[in-house]
Amino acid sequence: MPDAHPKHPTIPASAGVGLKPVHYETILSERPDIGWFEVHAENYMGAGGPPHRYLEKIRASYPLSIHGVGLSLGGDEPPDPDHMARLCRLVDRYEPGLVSEHLAWSRHDGSFLNDLLPIPYTRERLARLCEHVDRLQSALKRTVAIENPSTYVAFDAEDMSETDFLSTLTQRTGCALLLDVNNVYVSAVNHGWDAASYIAAFPMESVAEIHLAGHAPDTDDFGAPLLIDAHDRAVADPVWRLFNDVLSRTGPRPTLIEWDNDVPDWSVLYDEAVRANALLAEALGTDVKAMSHAG
Amino acid sequence: MPDELQSAFAAALCDPDLPPPAPVRSSGKRRFDVYRNNRAVALIDVLADIFPVVQRLVGEEFFRAAARIFIDTDPPRDPVLLTYGAGFGDFLDDFEPAATVPYLGDVACLEWARRDAYHGPDAHSVTIDTLADFPADRLGQAQLTLLPTLHLLRSRFPVGSIWAGVEGVDMKRGEDVAVLRPDMRVETTVLTPGAYGFLSALQDGAPLGAAAQAAAEDSAEFDLAANLQGVFALGAVIGITDRC
Ligand SMILES: [Fe+2]
Repeated sequence: MPDAHPKHPTIPASAGVGLKPVHYETILSERPDIGWFEVHAENYMGAGGPPHRYLEKIRASYPLSIHGVGLSLGGDEPPDPDHMARLCRLVDRYEPGLVSEHLAWSRHDGSFLNDLLPIPYTRERLARLCEHVDRLQSALKRTVAIENPSTYVAFDAEDMSETDFLSTLTQRTGCALLLDVNNVYVSAVNHGWDAASYIAAFPMESVAEIHLAGHAPDTDDFGAPLLIDAHDRAVADPVWRLFNDVLSRTGPRPTLIEWDNDVPDWSVLYDEAVRANALLAEALGTDVKAMSHAG
Repeated sequence: MPDELQSAFAAALCDPDLPPPAPVRSSGKRRFDVYRNNRAVALIDVLADIFPVVQRLVGEEFFRAAARIFIDTDPPRDPVLLTYGAGFGDFLDDFEPAATVPYLGDVACLEWARRDAYHGPDAHSVTIDTLADFPADRLGQAQLTLLPTLHLLRSRFPVGSIWAGVEGVDMKRGEDVAVLRPDMRVETTVLTPGAYGFLSALQDGAPLGAAAQAAAEDSAEFDLAANLQGVFALGAVIGITDRC
């Protein structure tokens, strides 16, 4: 059989957006100038029907990233082999430029809990996570990117910080990282961390992809700010600033606008991507300048 | 080794009366509640997406309350939520507060069939011309392979008309309904008398002759020629083989 997706093997270091069914028709008729699309793997694990028909057509014209939300890599049990096999089939079929999953757990005792749940950053957890990431990368025969979470509770008796945990994960497994800048901001506010220090400590050389999303403000029982990673609105200004800070360290990287709830018209989503592209272009400029100075 | 932290975390997630496990730094109720809400709201939204007519019939508030109880009694086991909600119709049949809307469970079964057909396997329908190539003297032995997305529903209520929003329908008249996806569009059709028996027999693998007999037993009004036309017109047939 001929290669179904000979074009677009890799994801460009420009803005992409999360692909939503309400935008299928607009994308196919308008062919917008957008770098790439990302889908949630589990939404395309049905046997057939319109989701696959549309994704085939869109994949023929754009690079694609596949983002898993159900493998529960941070769980106490190894990732479900059947689910991993389904992900392998999806990756074989659509040949994505990037495959990513989460630093989280969502399965317990045969039950799927349908949320990205937090784990304490202990040596024992890290060993287990490394083993699960190894299994996934061997099954897929490729590197995956693991995303930093947004969290609402903290654990007592942890051995290390989130950034140390992720650094060691990449060293031991060779995995890449997906840096969700909104998650950094949400967790920093929720736990009183300094977001700039988090970014300074993050292993930027491993970042294969960046996520940007909107969050919802709330408060906890004591009136302290509690931000919810809602993906239901535009990216907030402090997150754009933090993104700029990240870009000054990484240079341009594939950057996704995630908007999963209260999904707006295509033009609104597209404008967010345009805004990200402007910052990515600036980052490219600085990179070039820095290099010519060095030369 | 069983993981106590995750067991206790999962239990507290699904039961708001249980406290979060000890390693979670105590910081009031609202922080842990974010996880409880994320899980429940997302699952209720999944169900609201599959069952819009059920929601229209009972109102959003009732629907979401019923859905919340459903996710407690039948929580998902598979991270692929495309398959979640299959049991919602049966749940509504036994759901006491919905007893005044006795057809609600059947409407849910119809909407589930539409969901399942939407994501089901693709297959190409054949036209009735294919039958012309079949030896006429062996037609009774012809085996019709039906679309993998074909769902047949029999209700003691006019479930297809209720689903379609037809007004002034006789609530005491039952309906048989076929749901199928011949191409990319899911079709929902109220069947004529006998067609349910005919299609059910074909779906069970009966050859044409035996299926026609079963249909005649199902309804005295069954008309084979009209139903053969109808079954092919629906796009329900994907192949014909000789069963000898
Ligand atoms: Fe993200």
